[in-house]
Amino acid sequence: MNQLDFPILSLMLTVPMIAAFACLYVEAQAARMIALLATLANLALGLLLWANFDTAADAAQWQFTEFAPIFGRFAWAMGIDGIALMLIMLTVFLMPICIGASWVSIDKRVGEYMAAFLFMETLMIGVFAAQDIFLFYIFFEAGLIPMYLIIGIWGGANRIYASYKFFLYTLLGSVLMLIAMLWMVREADTTSIPVLLEYDFPAHAQNWLWLAFFASFAVKMPMWPVHTWLPDAHVQAPTAGSVILAGVLLKMGGYGFIRFSLPMFPQASADLAWLVFGLSMVAVVYTSLVALVQSDMKKLIAYSSVAHMAIVTAGLFAFNQQGIEGAMMVMLGHGLVSGALFLCVGVIYDRLHTREIGRYGGLSINMPRYAVLFLLFTMASVGLPGTSNFVGELLSLVGVYEASSWVAFICGTGVILGAAYMLYLYRRICYGEQVNKDAAAMSDLSMRELWLLAPIAAVVLWMGVYPESFLEPMRKDVMTIAARMEPAKPAGDAQFKIGTAKAAEPQAHHAAEGEAH
Amino acid sequence: MIDASSFLMVMPELILTGAGLILLMVAAYVGDRSTSAVSWFSVFSLLAAGLSIIQAPQGVAFDGLYRADAFSAFAKALIYISAAVSIIVAPRFFAQGGAPRAEYPLLIVFSSVGMGMMVSAADLLTLYVGLELTSLSSYVLASFMRKDTRSAEAGLKYFVLGALASGILLYGMSLLYGFTGTTGFDGIATAMADGISNGELFGLVFVLAGLAFKISAVPFHMWTPDVYEGSPTPVTAFFASAPKVAAMGLTVRVAVEAMGPGSSAWQQIIIFLALASIVLGGIAAINQTNIKRLLAYSSINNVGFALIGLAAGTQEGVAAVMSYLAIYVVMTLGSFVCVLQMRDADGNPVEDIASLSGLSQSRKGLAAAFAIFMFSLAGIPPLFGFWAKFLVFDAAVGAGLTALAAIGIAASVIGAFYYLKIVKTMYFDDPAPEYARGGSFVENGIITVCAAIIVLGYLLNPMLDSATAAAAQALF
Repeated sequence: MNQLDFPILSLMLTVPMIAAFACLYVEAQAARMIALLATLANLALGLLLWANFDTAADAAQWQFTEFAPIFGRFAWAMGIDGIALMLIMLTVFLMPICIGASWVSIDKRVGEYMAAFLFMETLMIGVFAAQDIFLFYIFFEAGLIPMYLIIGIWGGANRIYASYKFFLYTLLGSVLMLIAMLWMVREADTTSIPVLLEYDFPAHAQNWLWLAFFASFAVKMPMWPVHTWLPDAHVQAPTAGSVILAGVLLKMGGYGFIRFSLPMFPQASADLAWLVFGLSMVAVVYTSLVALVQSDMKKLIAYSSVAHMAIVTAGLFAFNQQGIEGAMMVMLGHGLVSGALFLCVGVIYDRLHTREIGRYGGLSINMPRYAVLFLLFTMASVGLPGTSNFVGELLSLVGVYEASSWVAFICGTGVILGAAYMLYLYRRICYGEQVNKDAAAMSDLSMRELWLLAPIAAVVLWMGVYPESFLEPMRKDVMTIAARMEPAKPAGDAQFKIGTAKAAEPQAHHAAEGEAH
Repeated sequence: MIDASSFLMVMPELILTGAGLILLMVAAYVGDRSTSAVSWFSVFSLLAAGLSIIQAPQGVAFDGLYRADAFSAFAKALIYISAAVSIIVAPRFFAQGGAPRAEYPLLIVFSSVGMGMMVSAADLLTLYVGLELTSLSSYVLASFMRKDTRSAEAGLKYFVLGALASGILLYGMSLLYGFTGTTGFDGIATAMADGISNGELFGLVFVLAGLAFKISAVPFHMWTPDVYEGSPTPVTAFFASAPKVAAMGLTVRVAVEAMGPGSSAWQQIIIFLALASIVLGGIAAINQTNIKRLLAYSSINNVGFALIGLAAGTQEGVAAVMSYLAIYVVMTLGSFVCVLQMRDADGNPVEDIASLSGLSQSRKGLAAAFAIFMFSLAGIPPLFGFWAKFLVFDAAVGAGLTALAAIGIAASVIGAFYYLKIVKTMYFDDPAPEYARGGSFVENGIITVCAAIIVLGYLLNPMLDSATAAAAQALF
């Protein structure tokens, strides 16, 4: 069955599910404890999963597989490769932090809130672990229900508009994907994702199928111009909702591209790469500029998410290993960093109850610990070497450069613009005069808040300094996808020539680990 | 030649007719004191009729007038269950306006006899007799609250428009008879086998128009919102479930069995009816403030989706329609029993959507169940309503109607909006005055069972698949 003697993936789905039902029936404090314990248990299971994941050269591509044909037309099929493993790790790592972030700030209908989050965790893990295409769709779509409730019940003033927009936008995007899936399953006569990955769909159908999937993943990602639901949803969602939205839900779009669009329709991906590149370039420049003029902290970070995700999409469609690995690293890094930034916003929002940047200022004086951590995450978001995002952005831009130097050039400006809006944000909040008395009187991070941010900071640095830990499990799977797309690969404009090596003294190899490819 | 086996085949109808007649006498001589007993006996007779389906032999009875097969068995099972639930949930509602009357369960029993005939019809005349028996009972049921003007209005509207539809249907049947020389489904199919003449085409169009009225597909839907709103809620629950199944089953049988050779002609009509119902059923529901009106448009919307399966015209498509109806009945009955719980402090029924505000805080379980039904009707996975839509769209894709499937599923997002509105009202808004407490044990039980089926339904898939496949097999 798998390396472990029990169905670990099903167990990881069951633990939060049971805890969610339990939360519905208990008092507030008990619900918080149950939710925290369940998410920590899932984190432990996740670590066990990672520890047992086989990265040897001859290891199976799909590990921890489970199969039970109990649903008639589709099956309960589970299994993960390295890419799914990393995204599951991201999910189980962020969940306890989300619960912790809601510990005090959510004080009404706590049981239902915790239940919604735990359901959400089940569904997110399900998306990444599903090996049956319809099972994937069910998990993918079902996530709308708890998120709709989270935004709508515990959100800000304009929460109802935001919840509708989130729900209908993403639903409209996804339904066409279902029709494409139905067609594919009939054509290939299987619902198993690993089998579909090997199937060559006829060239004339690929474009239609690709577009149907694109409609779904582009909204989820989100790509310009269908990103407008994201700022609304982020601004209105409670802090933990924003964390999970930016941290994991957006990654489902990228995961969808990696799992479906690229390897299943390589020809269409090649033919339509211009579309993705075009939208990504617009998104990088446009949303960065929009982020620059925001006066609402959450909105600013939301727009920066769109810009970062554009680098992901550009990297994915570079058709080479660096591009895809880089895209994965940006997704993981952005999941941590944007989550942390939303937590940082949440920390000061809990104290002053406003997201207006102008209401703060000079916080480094009265909140030094906060300022240090916030600075670290700001730098990580900018992509400073030594932090997680540097590795990902560098790799994806290198990959894109091989495909098209112009796209790489324009996407590269995103790094500069990113530095502009993030540093500008940091300056207005943490530096300068303490013009607002109430902001100057805010207390520094509590122990609870420190415990939420410190683990993320540690992982961000780990990922920046030694990314191999994260790249290693994915490498073989990324290479499989790159090899699958190789026949359709369009000619890039970067004509690399391998020169003859000079007979010079051997130079120490100390470039960043990511460049080693 | 009529032999004993014919009577065995119509055993379900015989049981119901006998029980109905006896109970009618009881009701007439004992009066309204007997209501409770009559209700329970009616439910038992429906269950007995349902069980007799398993035992009854299958085949053609009465010289080709009546057909008992897996298709009719499946449809009848759904019809009897819905009818039984409609009887069970009624007493508390009618108790409000004075003593409950014993005619209510009886009318439903007679209606069920008619519906059984409809889905078993193998001849245009059987079809018409069954349809009229159902309709006549339904007209009376709609105006069952005599002193309520809305109820009387609903009954009258239903009657006038229903009579018009019957006329259209009869006209189409007469054309078919005139041009094919027979009223038997098999005979009509044989006559149509070598191309359909203009006269047959006209007959086909009129018959489908008449049937579209009965399933309330757009553009023959106008009566639905008014009748659903005006009728007493248990009656509305009945209208939205059992007669829908019967009329859909009948439409499928007529389309496939009698007009099978002319499928290219009716397919376009069905496609139009389906898309028009989905879109109009979705858009018109958005601004409704009355929950029963909203559910009326929801039923129009759902008929559109079921028709997509029929438009496919394949065996798989018919199986998908039957699955759709089964799942739809569960969602609809659940929703209407939830609506029955909406009553103000004095116990009077409330139908205003705004009164649901904040229900999730005052009545957690009820709100959760209602939200489950709404999300399921919207077709959001992992709820079972998604599977119903999945099957019909899968059948459409299988029949090469990919464009129809794509348009239909995109239009389903419109419908999602108003279902979400109900959830929003219950979960996001500030609490309105609380409903009267003390739901009956039976009603809560029905809600729980329906919700459980909707949530865990996928485990029933293998069973549902084989049952609907057998039902569809019977028509081809």
